[in-house]
Amino acid sequence: MGKRDMNHLSEEELLDTYYGDLPAARREHLDGCVECRVALTRMSELLDEVRSSPVPERGPGYGREVWARLEPKLNASKPNRWTRWWVLGPAGVALLSAAFLGGRLTVRTHQPAAIRQATKQVNEPAQQDASGKGSERVFLAAMGDHLDRSEILLAQLLHANPGQFETAEERARARDLVEENRLLRATASRSGDQAHAALLDDLERVFLDIAHSPQHLSSEDVEELQRRIEKQGLLFKVRVTSTDARAKGQTL
Amino acid sequence: MEWTDAVAADEARKGNQYAFRVLVERHSHALFRLAYRMTGNQHDAEDLVQETFLRAYKQIKRFDGRAAFGTWLYRICSNCSLDLLRARKQRVEMQPLSHEEKSSWLDRVAAPHPTPERLSLSAQIAGIVEPALEKLSDMERTAFVMRHYEGCDIEQIACMLGIRENAAKQCVFRAVQKLRRELEPAWGSAT
Repeated sequence: MGKRDMNHLSEEELLDTYYGDLPAARREHLDGCVECRVALTRMSELLDEVRSSPVPERGPGYGREVWARLEPKLNASKPNRWTRWWVLGPAGVALLSAAFLGGRLTVRTHQPAAIRQATKQVNEPAQQDASGKGSERVFLAAMGDHLDRSEILLAQLLHANPGQFETAEERARARDLVEENRLLRATASRSGDQAHAALLDDLERVFLDIAHSPQHLSSEDVEELQRRIEKQGLLFKVRVTSTDARAKGQTL
Repeated sequence: MEWTDAVAADEARKGNQYAFRVLVERHSHALFRLAYRMTGNQHDAEDLVQETFLRAYKQIKRFDGRAAFGTWLYRICSNCSLDLLRARKQRVEMQPLSHEEKSSWLDRVAAPHPTPERLSLSAQIAGIVEPALEKLSDMERTAFVMRHYEGCDIEQIACMLGIRENAAKQCVFRAVQKLRRELEPAWGSAT
């Protein structure tokens, strides 16, 4: 890095050369000057070594991991003082359970609210019984219901004629299912139930695609969705998991 | 249903969270690499990726599509990195390194019997690059990482850092000079 003659390339010009920015006129000098080429080689070797210093690898699922951590922050809103646990108290448990059961027995379109209540019961320690079995039973019941509705949508999509598929109704149902799905997935993740969380994550991707699809899907798009559902064995997994959830719920 | 960056960014601007998810999943790896080069620390890099996407989400309405979405993300990430590096330096200034800590990596460079093999030299260099990068100013490090690892041209770096092109070029140049000063003792003793 000592001082160099005026005609030789300056350090700055050598750096320009390394990054491919040297003007053509100076390039001629470089081509005919051994000293400059040696200086350039020396700089290049060092900078190449610096570039080769490794970066720790992230796995192929890194993007999904980033999203999983990010999503709750995006949806975070100021806490509602009426939903704090010390306001709800033990009496709230009975009220929420009644609302959840009432929701199940009456109007199907109120499912997201019922799911929200069910997941809240699992997530909030103040609302769990001593063993946690009651909460798990409620969660499994909600999961079973959700998977039943998911199964219907997946089956319709899977058996649709790609050329004649109108999505207005399916989009609306997919939007409802996305909301339920998120709540259940977050609950499953928090409670360490990775199997359910993984299935719900796969489902969510399909529902999101349907929910945000244009009204008239092309045949190719429908076929692509059908291929994805088949390739992942989603319908089969949903059926099996739904049956398991109900059976396990009954034993609790 | 192919989501290009432009389509996804446009949808995300309208409030479509799924579109934003597509962008997050697509750009996470590249942002992590950039963040790691900036910080030299995995945990900091992870945090920077999160912070970058969080800021991007909050500011998505300001994204006008003139630059590529990836470039816009890089700009946010470099700003987040600068904030982090400044905060980190403030912490370090409050707790200066001991003489032993300062000289430990230099000792490795000037080891009395450096191994002759190139492979060993590379390992040596890799081990001292991060400490050498830490000696750069925040702007120098950011400009150098953009230029050297990410292949950005001077115009892009100037735009990202909000400085003139000449100043950006000087940042890169000063960074390279400092790195050579730090690393060439090891390089010279082994080649």
